Amino acid sequence: MSEPKKTQLAVIGAGPGGYAAAFHAADLGLKVTLIDLDANPGGVCLYRGCIPSKALLHCAKVLTDAREAKHWGIYFNEPTIDLFKMRASKDEVVAHMTGGLGQLVRARKIDFIRGRASFEESNTLRITKEEGGEEYLTCEHAILAAGSRPATLPQVLTESPRIMNSTAALQIESIPKTLLVVGGGYIGLELGSVYAALGSKVTVVELAPQLLPGADADLVEVLAKRMQSIFHEILLQTRMTTLEDDGEGVKVVLESTDGSKRIERFDKVLVSIGRKPNSSGLNLHATKVQVDEKGFVKVDEQRRTDDSFIFAIGDIVGEPMLAHKASHEGRVAAEVIAGGKAVFDPQAIPAVVFTDPELAWTGLTENQARKSGIPVEVAKFPWTASGRASTLHRTDGLTKILSEPGTGRILGVGIVGAGAGELIAQGTLAIEMGATAEDVQLTIHPHPTLSETVMETAELIFGHGTHVFKPTKK
Amino acid sequence: MVKECRLPELGENIEKGTVTKVLIREGDVIAADQPILELETDKAILEVPAPAGGKVISIHVQEGQKVAVGELVAVVSDETKVEPSAAATPQKPIEETRPTSLIEEKTPRIQEQPSEKEAAPQPLRPAASAPTPAPPVIPPKVSRKGTGPVPAAPSVRRLAREIGVDINEVPGTGPGGRITEEDVKSYARQLNVDAAPIVAVSAAPSTKPVTVALPDFARWGEIEQVEMSGVRKRTAEAMSYAWTNVPHVTQFDKADITEIEKLRKSYGKQVEQAGGKLTLTAVLIKLLPAALKKFPRFNSSVDMANETLILKKYYHIGVAVDTDRGLLVPVIRDCDKKSLMQISVELSQVAERARSRKTTLEEMQGGTFTVTNLGGIGGSAFTPIVRFPEVAILGVSRASMEMVYRDGEFVPRLMVPLSLSYDHRVIDGADGARFLRWICEALEQPFLALLEN
Repeated sequence: MSEPKKTQLAVIGAGPGGYAAAFHAADLGLKVTLIDLDANPGGVCLYRGCIPSKALLHCAKVLTDAREAKHWGIYFNEPTIDLFKMRASKDEVVAHMTGGLGQLVRARKIDFIRGRASFEESNTLRITKEEGGEEYLTCEHAILAAGSRPATLPQVLTESPRIMNSTAALQIESIPKTLLVVGGGYIGLELGSVYAALGSKVTVVELAPQLLPGADADLVEVLAKRMQSIFHEILLQTRMTTLEDDGEGVKVVLESTDGSKRIERFDKVLVSIGRKPNSSGLNLHATKVQVDEKGFVKVDEQRRTDDSFIFAIGDIVGEPMLAHKASHEGRVAAEVIAGGKAVFDPQAIPAVVFTDPELAWTGLTENQARKSGIPVEVAKFPWTASGRASTLHRTDGLTKILSEPGTGRILGVGIVGAGAGELIAQGTLAIEMGATAEDVQLTIHPHPTLSETVMETAELIFGHGTHVFKPTKK
Repeated sequence: MVKECRLPELGENIEKGTVTKVLIREGDVIAADQPILELETDKAILEVPAPAGGKVISIHVQEGQKVAVGELVAVVSDETKVEPSAAATPQKPIEETRPTSLIEEKTPRIQEQPSEKEAAPQPLRPAASAPTPAPPVIPPKVSRKGTGPVPAAPSVRRLAREIGVDINEVPGTGPGGRITEEDVKSYARQLNVDAAPIVAVSAAPSTKPVTVALPDFARWGEIEQVEMSGVRKRTAEAMSYAWTNVPHVTQFDKADITEIEKLRKSYGKQVEQAGGKLTLTAVLIKLLPAALKKFPRFNSSVDMANETLILKKYYHIGVAVDTDRGLLVPVIRDCDKKSLMQISVELSQVAERARSRKTTLEEMQGGTFTVTNLGGIGGSAFTPIVRFPEVAILGVSRASMEMVYRDGEFVPRLMVPLSLSYDHRVIDGADGARFLRWICEALEQPFLALLEN
């Protein structure tokens, strides 16, 4: 064993959580080593998640918009799709973003090691380098930011190019004639939308009684309507029991909860049933770090594990598995390690499903309020009353605000509709600032925009929205 | 319920002032003790705290107006909805009897039978007429509805964290109970006051002072952590409390003890035979009751909750004793009834008991004034901290021969420096100077002190 290298902070994993932590710690004056398998920071988000999927969803939107332009009397010929060019452009976005992060690593004089790290003991890491060989690193502190990977089905016994996870699906090797999406969560719906726009006949199976289980039903309803028109079929309360690549396609058995069965063959299957934390490969047994039964690392509000030298952030510590949550946690952990008093105490973490229409929420949802018995006042503004939505020919939208009865304090915001992902930001700001519905109502929003729907929803709490008439109850 | 906020007593000899700024607006929800006015008096510009919290219904003063103590300043309501007319009561002339409580409660006079006091909910602050030990003022606990996250902006939550305040405990004054930066700061100030012991208990205050997190000192070098002893902890708490809450003034003077030193030496043997030691401290303890009788405020305690001074008719002098456990202050009782011989003997005994850890808690309670003599160690002056709830303490430094100009020539005299710290809420500077001068003169001419007693 060679003489171990020394560092103040070792960050394992360079996704949005890990690199945010490393950058912040370096800015606070710590000597930082960042370890990741990829050539540059970025992690799943940049290489195999958020960014490439959004590039493809942009392509899908262009296709959809072109098709729907006929509503305005604009007619295009059927598009020609050059998959090679589409992939290359998407990869260019990824390379540009990750390369930029690589430059930031060098600018901050962070030691970036390409390899896989595991613990020898609390303060010593063994790094198996991508280029070959091993090295040891001793650190005063470590941040676990190893992220998550797609969960697999036990039914999938053999490797088959016809059975994809999200990483494979993002490669769009081909446009299958028929595609089965197993799992009606956000990954399945986003990638299913891409393939549908590209011309695949897409079937979605979901075990729960609604798409996006957990999200508020009234929001999902608006999205589901649109999804029904772009997907071939949506099978709820249905389980895929077996699947088999028979050489011509993937033969699957779909079993409904009412007992009915059907056997179908699809050109390809996308398995998107969730993600699992990458906590098993780190040899955490060598440390005092505790892991729960689902594999999530246990942390306190400062993101400190049971081993006081080791912190953990991002997907590896639990839901919601979102890049922006990980980045925020990363900065908190870095600040704590640098001697600060930060804690991770968000009032609201926004979540966005980048389907068309987009669906987003932040803070309390109606489901959560009901489950926890928190009294809320709910106001909803349908986008049919929005001028901007009409000009877009996209009145399939809904904005709703959950407020605290009595004080009017905003506890949650949910939006479904075009651009909901951008609109949700003001909801999160309102919640973090402890704003009341009155504050939002009295804030001038630009006209004509979709953001007005938030202001108009707030007006409805007081019973008199400008564009919605509600007869007073008495 | 509607409450009238009247201009409270702001200090001795302050009868009225000019409003320089009104800090609240109608419709504001204010907390008790939140500043509502800035008032310019002969002495200074003061912030006037709200005697009660609630929603401001009406404000009866404006900037530039002169306001007298007891005059109506504002009307607040602790109910969410109040008819404005209910509050528009005509202003009462000041000549009317000044309210005993600063908060006058307006309850409908429909039911005469059940005593109005019992029927009415308790005001936020205890009424001034309450007898016996008044509870310390407690900041209103958060009455936020719902169990959701705290309504405070991220920057405000960070501030609270950094100054060691639990944001969940801070009452919010903003709309929807929102907690502002100012709310956090005033809550932190309130915490200091809240850490006060109950007035009637004299010895060890029980509540801890506000603590602030420390950096990791080990980052800069080797450290050792030693647990604080019980005496140390109590001293820390009591001193923090006194230092934070008692407005201190320290005055210095010197007494010529040339003559008394001669007497001390010539009678020392006699006292020694009786088992005592004739020290300057003993002499001071013998003289002090006379001084305290002449200046009774130095033998008092201040009860701010009830706005009264408690003058004590007994003279129990505490003596600071340096022990290996820390500073202990046993009390010698009824010093006005004891001879110098008795005091000398008792002083030796209590000091010995303190050093051999035999002093009981009771022996350290009930003091009315304290003497602390560092002369044996050295120093020319120091600023002792008043031992709350006492209001004054006399420090003695090392005596030394000095050339004193007297009757046209410099003569060598033995001079002892004295340092008197006192609570400026109770004692003014001139009285402090007079008291200390009296002590000095009594030391110079003990016979005079006897004459006066």
